[in-house]
Amino acid sequence: MKLIICAGPATTGKTSVLRHIIRKLLAAGKRPAYLKLDVQFAEEDQLLAKEFGIPTKKVYTGELCPDHCHVMVLGDALRWADRVGTDILLVETAGLCLRCSPYVNGGLGLVVLEATSGMNLPLKVGPMLSLADTAVVTKIDRVSQAEREVFRSRIQDAAPQVLVREVNALHGIGIDPLVAQALDSPDVVEPLLLRGNPPVGTCTICVGRREIGWQAHFGVVRPLENQTFYRGE
Amino acid sequence: MVSSISILGGRGKDGRPDAVRRIDFQMGQVVSIVGPTGSGKTTLINDIELFAHQDTPTGRTILLNGQPVPKEFRYNPAYNPIALITQHTTFLSDLPVGEFLAAHCRVRSRNGDRLDLISQALEFANQLTGEPIEPTYRMTELSGGQTRALLIADAAVICSTPVVLLDEVENAGIHRARAIQLLRQHRKIFIFVTHDPWIALLSDFRIVMQAGRIFRVLSTSEEERALSVHVYQLDDVLCRLREKLRQGERLSAKELQEVA
Repeated sequence: MKLIICAGPATTGKTSVLRHIIRKLLAAGKRPAYLKLDVQFAEEDQLLAKEFGIPTKKVYTGELCPDHCHVMVLGDALRWADRVGTDILLVETAGLCLRCSPYVNGGLGLVVLEATSGMNLPLKVGPMLSLADTAVVTKIDRVSQAEREVFRSRIQDAAPQVLVREVNALHGIGIDPLVAQALDSPDVVEPLLLRGNPPVGTCTICVGRREIGWQAHFGVVRPLENQTFYRGE
Repeated sequence: MVSSISILGGRGKDGRPDAVRRIDFQMGQVVSIVGPTGSGKTTLINDIELFAHQDTPTGRTILLNGQPVPKEFRYNPAYNPIALITQHTTFLSDLPVGEFLAAHCRVRSRNGDRLDLISQALEFANQLTGEPIEPTYRMTELSGGQTRALLIADAAVICSTPVVLLDEVENAGIHRARAIQLLRQHRKIFIFVTHDPWIALLSDFRIVMQAGRIFRVLSTSEEERALSVHVYQLDDVLCRLREKLRQGERLSAKELQEVA
């Protein structure tokens, strides 16, 4: 199972980017599945299921921190994706608190940023950018070439090891290199670990347990299927 | 060194193929792209600027010196041989002009910072605008004309590339003839998207777009070249009228005498 985790602030075009990637993965003979994590509203799972006939799922994180929820359900989600006969799971997760990042060892981490953002955005999004493999810059047609190039350099100053790929997600321009990266990424092997250390806090994730899957945690835990319960001390 | 750019034909919005399968642009040539609004002119220069390789909706391919475009040209602006002056009349970058230009200098230069270019770029831009741009102004505060003037100056001075693409420079609200005169001091490939007869007729040839596809390519004839002189005179008279209006003066019938 290959795993692509896509993060980024709200309305930057994450779903549009993934839509084009899914279309090209299907054309390449892959069998993708899609999981959307959102705080309170999402319909992308239904839209993508209808458009491509692929298995999709969504999780409302509700009062649970989205990154916390992501850690809890991702283990289950990989098994779900396996059970429904797919070979590449795309996880889209909504804008987070900017102290965490959802990427795991072995998977491909994409952060989607829009070229129309302020020039200091790359400095503000922290590990969501710096721990990604690739920063996908959307809405490139909305700014001048000069602004696009300066925005690119701002990303590279903030996160020198992250690849920058500009795309027009409206027309699917520039998607091919992302698909090639997805196809080149190795299958993930459990146990999965978060790439980054979560911030200091009081829950098991906040105190730095990076293991993926609710079984490794206590306090507020939840499996993929919709429930929240308390486990352990 | 870039000596030529080529477009290999793709298709229009309705899927019909471009009528011309290959167009070559040689160093020093001036080319116009004409056609009704919505006919695919901007899409064509975007294909060029993105070095399309059958990965855009038109399926076109761009070659440099007859060869596929190297990767670093695509992903490293320091190697990008194309400067694109888009139709944007507002900047979204929340930086002061001087800081933005300094950042763009660093992005575009392969051998160290050329911060002397910032004042050169501003000087260039201020020859095209009514109200001068100061380096302390915020990019987002500039007027439409100042924005376009700065884009042109940035392309000419800071990018200083062998290929310049200009999307409807005539709409810029700037001194258009002066812009073209300044730009043409350098030997480059110029590609203009334009509705302006004067710019179209000063080109070596023009690409005619229709329904998203390349419909035909016309070389400028001798007759058209001769005509361009008169078109320029007409245009000049209109420009002077416009300038007088802007300065709050009254107009009279004698303004039109020389073209009557």
